[in-house]
Amino acid sequence: MWQAEEPLLFEMSSPGRTAFSLPALDVPAAELPAELIRAEVNLPEISELELVRHYVRLSQKNFSIDTHFYPLGSCTMKYNPKVNEATAALEGFARSHPLQPEGLAQGNLELMYRLQEALKEISGFAGVSLHPAAGAHGEFAGVLIMRAYHVAKGDLNRTKMLIPNSAHGTYPASVAMSGFEAVEIPSDERGNVDLAALKAVCDETVVGLMLTNPNTLGLFEEQIEAVIETIHGCGGLVYGDGANLNALLGVARPGDLGFDVMHFNLHKTFTTPHGGGGPGSGPVGVNQKLLPFLPCPLVVKEGDRYTAITPEQSIGRLKAFHGNFGMHVRALTYILMMGEAGLREVTYNAVLNANYLKARLEQVYPVKYGRTCMHEFVAMGDIAEGVHTMDVAKRLIDYGFHPPTVYFPLIVHEALMIEPTETESKETLDRFVEALLKIAEEGRENPDLLHNAPHSTPVGRLDEVGAARKPVLCYRG
Amino acid sequence: MSYVANTANDQQAMLAAIGVDTVEALFEVVPQAVRFPTLELPRSLSEIEVLAEMGRLADENAEANHYSWFLGAGAYNHFVPSVVPQLQMRAEFYTAYTPYQPEASQGTLQAIFEYQSMVAELTGMGVVNASHYDGSTSLAEAAIMSVNSTKGKRTKILVSPNVHPQYREVLKTYLQGTDLRVEGDEEPANDLAALTGMLDKETACLIVQSPNFFGELEDLEGLAERVHGAGALLVIHTDPISLGLFKPPGAYGADIVTGEGQSLGNNLNFGGPYLGIFATTDKLVRKMPGRVVGQTVDTAGKRGFVLTLSTREQHIRREKATSNICTNQGLIALGAAIYLAALGKQGLRQVAELCYHKAHYAAAEIDRLAGYEVVKRRPFFKEFVVKCPKPAGEIARQLTEQQILPGYVLSRSYPERSHELLVCVTEMNSKAQIDQLVRALKEVA
Repeated sequence: MWQAEEPLLFEMSSPGRTAFSLPALDVPAAELPAELIRAEVNLPEISELELVRHYVRLSQKNFSIDTHFYPLGSCTMKYNPKVNEATAALEGFARSHPLQPEGLAQGNLELMYRLQEALKEISGFAGVSLHPAAGAHGEFAGVLIMRAYHVAKGDLNRTKMLIPNSAHGTYPASVAMSGFEAVEIPSDERGNVDLAALKAVCDETVVGLMLTNPNTLGLFEEQIEAVIETIHGCGGLVYGDGANLNALLGVARPGDLGFDVMHFNLHKTFTTPHGGGGPGSGPVGVNQKLLPFLPCPLVVKEGDRYTAITPEQSIGRLKAFHGNFGMHVRALTYILMMGEAGLREVTYNAVLNANYLKARLEQVYPVKYGRTCMHEFVAMGDIAEGVHTMDVAKRLIDYGFHPPTVYFPLIVHEALMIEPTETESKETLDRFVEALLKIAEEGRENPDLLHNAPHSTPVGRLDEVGAARKPVLCYRG
Repeated sequence: MSYVANTANDQQAMLAAIGVDTVEALFEVVPQAVRFPTLELPRSLSEIEVLAEMGRLADENAEANHYSWFLGAGAYNHFVPSVVPQLQMRAEFYTAYTPYQPEASQGTLQAIFEYQSMVAELTGMGVVNASHYDGSTSLAEAAIMSVNSTKGKRTKILVSPNVHPQYREVLKTYLQGTDLRVEGDEEPANDLAALTGMLDKETACLIVQSPNFFGELEDLEGLAERVHGAGALLVIHTDPISLGLFKPPGAYGADIVTGEGQSLGNNLNFGGPYLGIFATTDKLVRKMPGRVVGQTVDTAGKRGFVLTLSTREQHIRREKATSNICTNQGLIALGAAIYLAALGKQGLRQVAELCYHKAHYAAAEIDRLAGYEVVKRRPFFKEFVVKCPKPAGEIARQLTEQQILPGYVLSRSYPERSHELLVCVTEMNSKAQIDQLVRALKEVA
């Protein structure tokens, strides 16, 4: 990693330096409306080489998939194939405009249509809209679709959305944004939704259940059919979270399991890069009875022509234009490269890698729910007196590994949520195991080594409390 | 193709360590009736075949390199300097994730802090977040934040009819499950005077776009005082390129500023991914949705950066969170930061001036044509409305045959405005292209 402090752009600025090249004005200058003009914009003034070095150095202060093993649970940090970037950069995609006439965008619309069809086949749903821009956006779309279904039936008394206590963090907010109330459902001793507790709250006021399967413990719901039947029995709908779809490709289709609606994370399962926090893409799939409510636009094929339509009772538009099209290009590229057999191999190896890591680690890092996991598992990091998960995580950085997701899900004390993905080799997994075992030893013998970690990064542990108490959110000169 | 590293030998060794005989045995928990379905997907293709197939699809589209391009309407053909994608696509940036572990993510964190700083300067606002999905979702979240800043007591959202029609749709989608109501935007005659006349004790905010959907710079002088006088917030949606030249929303007293950041060094991409700019005042910072990066120090006193103010977010007080956004458009914000730094103080001004002068030249030339009239209600930046002698859709079709995309046919959003075209001119349009457009319009009149 690049260790030296990198100045801020503003601190590098020197009046008169430039890093741009623009054509001279080739038309007569028009009069400017003086009362509307600003004096100046105080942006940095930097030469192009300084600019390049600045960003290259900053990049070298990051862990990333291309540089480090990145077993961040529930984020599916798998390899992002380079061919995806080559196709997404094709001029016909990258330089096309969302409002150009459909007749001049048939390639884009065909691409979207084919991706919709592929996702339908992979998931077992009757329809897919690629429109939402991220997982949480797709989740919001899903909740609005559930709402629209009940409203269309005149069923206006449904206000309760059931959410397992192992759920992803955004559900309550998506539910609140849709005007519903979140009701938490406990987990049973095997990490499943507590079926008895679920049955106890099911009545005619239930909108539905929001369920990740496999859940955030990395466990497949053992009573999935009974859970779904229970919800359907009271007139509710079951929303599935596609965050963990990497565990199910060619293994089980959520639509076949009885889910009514689900979002996909193209940036997890379908290898579009995470980009340091985005952009993602969160298409939403539905079964037959929810088709009329899909967000618009939806691409359909009419004869040999592709066109974007708005379903009759659509929840509407969730962002401007079509969706994160650049991510659609990458995802379809990936699906074409993999084919059916390749996708099943993905899941086989993702689940194999996770169970292998679990088998090698669980003696030292206990796993609360000991059964076979799917693509990830949740261990506990308080492996020695006074040592916490955060210490283990920070020490892993010194060994060259990005830490797993920590302190999530909330139902596991000192959680370390580990998702290796299918693209990691056995050698990498073995090195990761050895590092974690060594860290456990260090934790027993020299816990301060962990408390003060990381030791190898450009900065040590940062004062997050101070940052929040007196926020400095931009350069003040 | 497989990106899997495990060989058959590796798999056997791993299965032995797990204590099962086959990989299939790991899936016994899946109900048997639905386990291992056959997927009707095409067979796996080689990279050569995939590149050919995707190339074929890409070639079926018109794109801005091979047309004279005057289509904007919320997505703009601006120049992307070579340095932007080259740096943005550093693997260490684009294959990282949300900087949850700040010690291993200082690159991403500092880059976002610098993005926030430059956009704060550009908009004239005190605080900028790490970005939203696009301009439209920024705007919807601004409306919700306005309501929340009144503790939910004010439920009316006043919106100018000159706000992008798709953005107004998005706002209504976001609000459909709430008791909040949008007013003002369905009546085209509602100018700012009429809208301020609708302010009342129920009003959480007034949302104005400037330059508006039709390219005009709204008269923002004194507007904030009138809005604040009614106890509401002023939300201004803007075009960041215009801020290279024009007074920023902060100078007019805006409480929240949103914008579409696609113009800042990002490709058109058929509509996404784009960049939702979101800025507010220091006073309202704790009501702001979305990720934000703050400066702090490490245990040795060295400067460093972290995600901060996360108590506003879902993972701390889940049900109290008022927005479900849990990511940002990190890579696009990075691209915007590189763009702003590359253009710098002088370059952004030049881009904005090129747009302004070229657009005004085009408008003057078109206005001179018999049968055409440029609408001149307000000063404009890079887009303007042209009234045509025949249906604008027909004109657009005819010009397309000459590799010219003359603009946005307004009847697509406003059926009654059948003869109007929204023309956009940027620094990418040469005088020769503008003259070609003017000649072609004359010929088809």
